[in-house]
Amino acid sequence: MATAYSPTNFVNPLSINTRSHDKPLFDPLKTTTSFLGSTHKLRPTSLQFNQPDTHRRSAVVAVSDVVKEKKVKSSSNLLITKEEGLELYEDMILGRAFEDMCAQMYYRGKMFGFVHLYNGQEAVSTGFIRLLKKEDSVVSTYRDHVHALSKGVPAREVMSELFGRTTGCCRGQGGSMHMFSKEHNLLGGFAFIGEGIPVATGAAFSSKYRREVLKEADCDHVTLAFFGDGTCNNGQFFECLNMAALWKLPIVFVVENNLWAIGMSHLRATSDPQIYKKGPAFGMPGVHVDGMDVLKVREVAQEAIGRARRGEGPTLVECETYRFRGHSLADPDELRDPDEKARYAARDPITALKKHLIESKLASEAELKAIEKKIEEVVEDAVEFADASPHPARSQLLENVFADPKGFGIGPDGRYRCEDPKFTEGTAHV
Amino acid sequence: MLGIIRQKMTAGLSPAMRIRPVASALRSYSSAAKEINVREALNSALDEEMSADPKVFLMGEEVGEYQGAYKISKGLLDKYGPERVLDTPITEAGFTGIGVGAAYYGLKPVVEFMTFNFAMQAIDHIINSAAKSNYMSAGQINVPIVFRGPNGAAAGVGAQHSHCYAAWYASCPGLKVLSPYSSEDARGLLKAAIRDPDPVVFLENELLYGESFPVSAEVLDSSFCLPIGKAKVMIEREGKDVTITAFSKMVGFSLKAAEILAKEGISAEVINLRSIRPLDRATINASVRKTNRLVTVEEGFPQHGVGAEICASVIEESFGYLDAAVERIAGADVPMPYAANLERMAVPQVEDIVRAAKRACYRSVPMAAVA
Repeated sequence: MATAYSPTNFVNPLSINTRSHDKPLFDPLKTTTSFLGSTHKLRPTSLQFNQPDTHRRSAVVAVSDVVKEKKVKSSSNLLITKEEGLELYEDMILGRAFEDMCAQMYYRGKMFGFVHLYNGQEAVSTGFIRLLKKEDSVVSTYRDHVHALSKGVPAREVMSELFGRTTGCCRGQGGSMHMFSKEHNLLGGFAFIGEGIPVATGAAFSSKYRREVLKEADCDHVTLAFFGDGTCNNGQFFECLNMAALWKLPIVFVVENNLWAIGMSHLRATSDPQIYKKGPAFGMPGVHVDGMDVLKVREVAQEAIGRARRGEGPTLVECETYRFRGHSLADPDELRDPDEKARYAARDPITALKKHLIESKLASEAELKAIEKKIEEVVEDAVEFADASPHPARSQLLENVFADPKGFGIGPDGRYRCEDPKFTEGTAHV
Repeated sequence: MLGIIRQKMTAGLSPAMRIRPVASALRSYSSAAKEINVREALNSALDEEMSADPKVFLMGEEVGEYQGAYKISKGLLDKYGPERVLDTPITEAGFTGIGVGAAYYGLKPVVEFMTFNFAMQAIDHIINSAAKSNYMSAGQINVPIVFRGPNGAAAGVGAQHSHCYAAWYASCPGLKVLSPYSSEDARGLLKAAIRDPDPVVFLENELLYGESFPVSAEVLDSSFCLPIGKAKVMIEREGKDVTITAFSKMVGFSLKAAEILAKEGISAEVINLRSIRPLDRATINASVRKTNRLVTVEEGFPQHGVGAEICASVIEESFGYLDAAVERIAGADVPMPYAANLERMAVPQVEDIVRAAKRACYRSVPMAAVA
């Protein structure tokens, strides 16, 4: 269940930096010099938490400086409080446990069709979505289970939806790739890559429209669009970067660059693999962040979401992350180098956060274990609930094709308007 | 191009050329003799809906400062401002998706495509994010959006600008597909489409924009709407011998054909479909049960077209009533050629409809007039 966040509640990490104030975290005009992306990872390197690389962009340098400084400072200057830390941990554990259970259920035949799991990328979902209000919206791709969970859709409903039961969040009609929730403002779940980006831009547009044209003064809802590296070569992505920057829409474009689009490596598919550079080309800041570190992601997310909320326009955030499993449960995953997988497995975001929480004395081993146990129970309960839920009734097949099957509306007397003999006379009130 | 107009002598291609017989028949039935053209009808419908509901907004290429590529949105930018009449960049996929995303949140976008040919770049959003969303989300998210623009052949614009998409969109569940013919249709159906809570594809016709039709006072009323899903039996053309179904420009041709047939003793009933999806099978079947013969007319390609669906529906439901094989008139099964004479052959003409109706009536020589 998402709680309300406002960025001003936190200790602003930027204030403890040694940088000068005239260099903002996101500078749309800055171009980059070196790439901290996958080319780096192709060479064997150790843990990436602090890298004293002087050629890096100012934005990324700031982030890692903060991390470096944080390690040295005392507990009073931490990026997060204990409650926040535990919440982040719980959310990531929920995502991981849920996805692992999905794999199990799939191989037992309870789940079917296309199932795309999010293992390894939890830091991105948790880092961004836990900062949103309930009214903010999230648009995702087919890899959307964990986005749904982070946004607040109950695990029971997601699991039922995956089992195709009528108690699912879409009554079994959407499935793994089409999670919708009006209550939690999760706008899907799109199977076509790039399809969600214009829809997210439209949701951001409606937020701005409601504030400016419909005069709902407090409507400052932000939209997050999640998509992958493969999508960044798709035309719709660029069309929306252009329009979002042109109309200054309150949206954050979050690239979950996990380096692989099924079996196509990002480097083989892209002329310039540094995706964040494409932001400044359209007049918005482009930021690259280590997507395996939830605290770094969260810091960048705070700034980007804050920008959008204040009406300063969109941001493009490239999160370098990795999926531990194949593209989907049907993918044999033979093309990826096992060494690469091992390197990223060593940077597992959950282990990293656990280590950080314990080392900075924010939480004890026992508390974290308790959270893990609790989540295990939640996920098992979700499976039992889904298993016990009924399949959709036959009559459900033809329902919900239209909001209004007879076309344009039920009149005030409860009957369909087009059956009213006076319908075309010009006296029908709407 | 003028050569075609002189040859055609049929549906008026400019405001100056009216369909005289039809106009005289209509004048006798309408209560007021005011005439407006389809362009004005659409413009006034958009204007009234935008002023009634602040959530309605228009977006598309050239709808604002250029006053609309075909001047349909003339004057709207001045009246409602750039926040509600949005000139978009040339990014069909992008701005159609933006419209759908806005509609998810209860705004009511009217997305204009310069022609529906360009909508092919956005068809993913029309079908996958608009049409299917209410179903995929089990009723949580409906999409009150209208996609409109000219559809079908114009004059001499070539293969890539002349495709008719009625059959494409009408095959997809979750969409409502409308195609007006007269000004009354245009006004009533566009208003209904904007008020409708589901995605509506509104197929206009470029050559009809300039054509004027008489409208009564109730049509000009600001709450005038036509029901979606109901076809109209053209009142000036009720008949007993053969049913001719058509939509959009072909209604005009069918009416002309019916005139010619009447002189030869064949009384043809012309049905203006208005709504391609949902198709008004009840009206069509009732008419065929009365006349026992069917001719379907459309401008698009024949295979899997609108006529194919109507024929199948009639054969399934009224087989015993048919006295002749069903006749389908459609555009030629080729991409639209450019040369004027070839284009004329590729699109149904009045003579084709007359010939088909006569074939359905087994007569190729005129008969004495029957009562």
